[in-house]
Amino acid sequence: MKKFLIGILVLSLLFSFSTFGYTAKIKVGIVYDVGGRGDKSFNDAAYRGLQEAIKRLGVEGKDVEPGEGGANREELLRLLAEQGYDLVVGVGFLFTDALTKVAKEFPNTKFAIVDGVIEGLPNVRSLVFQEHEGSFLVGAIAGLMTKTNKVGFVGGMDMALIHKFEVGYRAGVKYVNPKAEVLVNYIGVTGEAFKDPVKGKELAMSQFKQGADIVYHASGASGEGVIEAAKEMKKFAIGVDSNQNWIAPGYVLTSMLKKVDVAIYKTVEDLVKGKFTGGVKVYGLKEDGVGVAYDKYNAKLIPDSVRKKVAQLRLDIIAGRIVVPSSR
Amino acid sequence: MISGILSLELLISALRMSVPLTFASLGGVFSERGGVVNIALEGIMLVGAFGAVVGTYFTNNPWIGLLTAMSFGFLIALIHAVVSITFRINQIISGTALNIMATGLTTFLSRLIFKAAGSSPHIEGMVQWRFPGTNWQISPLIVIMFAVIIISQIVIFKTRYGLRLRACGENPYAADSLGVDVIKMRYSGVLISGVLGGLGGAFLSLEHARVFVEGMTTGRGFIALAGMIFGRWTPLGSFSACFLFGLAEAFRMRLEGFGIPTQFIQMIPYIVTMCVLVGVVGRAVAPAYDGIPFEK
Repeated sequence: MKKFLIGILVLSLLFSFSTFGYTAKIKVGIVYDVGGRGDKSFNDAAYRGLQEAIKRLGVEGKDVEPGEGGANREELLRLLAEQGYDLVVGVGFLFTDALTKVAKEFPNTKFAIVDGVIEGLPNVRSLVFQEHEGSFLVGAIAGLMTKTNKVGFVGGMDMALIHKFEVGYRAGVKYVNPKAEVLVNYIGVTGEAFKDPVKGKELAMSQFKQGADIVYHASGASGEGVIEAAKEMKKFAIGVDSNQNWIAPGYVLTSMLKKVDVAIYKTVEDLVKGKFTGGVKVYGLKEDGVGVAYDKYNAKLIPDSVRKKVAQLRLDIIAGRIVVPSSR
Repeated sequence: MISGILSLELLISALRMSVPLTFASLGGVFSERGGVVNIALEGIMLVGAFGAVVGTYFTNNPWIGLLTAMSFGFLIALIHAVVSITFRINQIISGTALNIMATGLTTFLSRLIFKAAGSSPHIEGMVQWRFPGTNWQISPLIVIMFAVIIISQIVIFKTRYGLRLRACGENPYAADSLGVDVIKMRYSGVLISGVLGGLGGAFLSLEHARVFVEGMTTGRGFIALAGMIFGRWTPLGSFSACFLFGLAEAFRMRLEGFGIPTQFIQMIPYIVTMCVLVGVVGRAVAPAYDGIPFEK
């Protein structure tokens, strides 16, 4: 019996040593926003960032998704931290409260939040994007290309973060085409607004009927409906977050890229190199955190003169010659 | 501004948005007239929306998608019927469980089949029917909906089947003593509601958005049930109620952008509902044995 117990003790010691050996590999865990992976948008970009890090930096990665309504965000963050993940990422501003709490409980674990700002915790990095700058550029494209002098915007949930897209877009349209009118609609006032393609389509259709010929959406999976409306009515939609030009080739003018993948990759890279710091990291045009999607699907849709003008505007914003507003 | 809001377009948009609600609330009428509360309609619509896209995706034939949607709805309703009629489990609990199951199941299968989470690829919808001699087009499902409303009204109030179904909801013991097979009648009501709920879901994904998005019903099944109560458990009443909901929604969409806060505008459909419920409809009386399991 004694021998048996000693045997177990030795074995368990060996086992724990061997697990120590494995943890030398840096482990990164991601918790997605409501909507989950496959939204062809925001969460997919986060997924790409993680995959890139796994491939190029040799880290170990795990991604999980909160349940319906996202009520178990906090448990998932805590779970990953408990399992010894070195970096835990919460994708979406809705993680702000949960992540603040969990980050205080695990001061030795590094955390990052996308779209949210958490200050005063050295182990938390906040990744925020200058969506208004990217929206300004797609707004400029819309303003230059509209034939009816009317363009539209469909937002998901009516909140400050989505207002940034709206305000930047409007500024871009007006900068190149002061006479153009911008129609604005929001799908809802809760998180559900990001997964209702039916309402997205209805709103886009009503804007097209009112004379708009280009509609930009910032509404997650609801945007599928906006793009469908453009396809059905032979007008243009502008995609958001990921490159959505392929969803309905010929009817998606361009997409405003919000490079969550770049931000996540950079964060993992800093961690691997031991350069991880807390605080707020801003990703704008200058940092290549936002941009405009040009690919084979819209090669023939946007004329060179427009591209040139947009490239110039981009430089003007980076140089500070144009200051894009970010709130109403 | 007024002319921009009040237009034919408003009515068409309202009709489009009322179609899924109407199908589901007609389903609710059949189920509850027979005495079974069916809050599983939300889940039934969701599997219907999913089934429509899956069927169309694999066959490129939206009519097969429609059949898939109806059979998926039928299956969920069958579970509800077995659990709540045969095993006499509380109908609300069964319905809630099925709603949760439908969310998980469609999410799981959608990822398995489409190899991507969140949403399916876009699909082609039905060929629209054209009014002879005009440019007006209409979705076949809308035509089907009007036919179903009229048929339901006749079946429930003018046929022997309808009388028996209603008897099972009002007083199953009296019906039983007169030789009506209460269990069978209740099964039929719930199964019809499954097929109709599936159709409602099919309209959402197949005819409207042309894509399936996880959880895309966003509470429409419950709104449909409100429409049913509001319509006093009659097919025509339910349609009117659902059309009013659609109208309020279409109205609020067009009211935005005139400087009124969105949050305030978003309340309009619900305020309209409450005002109409209180002011016009008055007390709505449910079938007396609605929600009560039948035990011989």
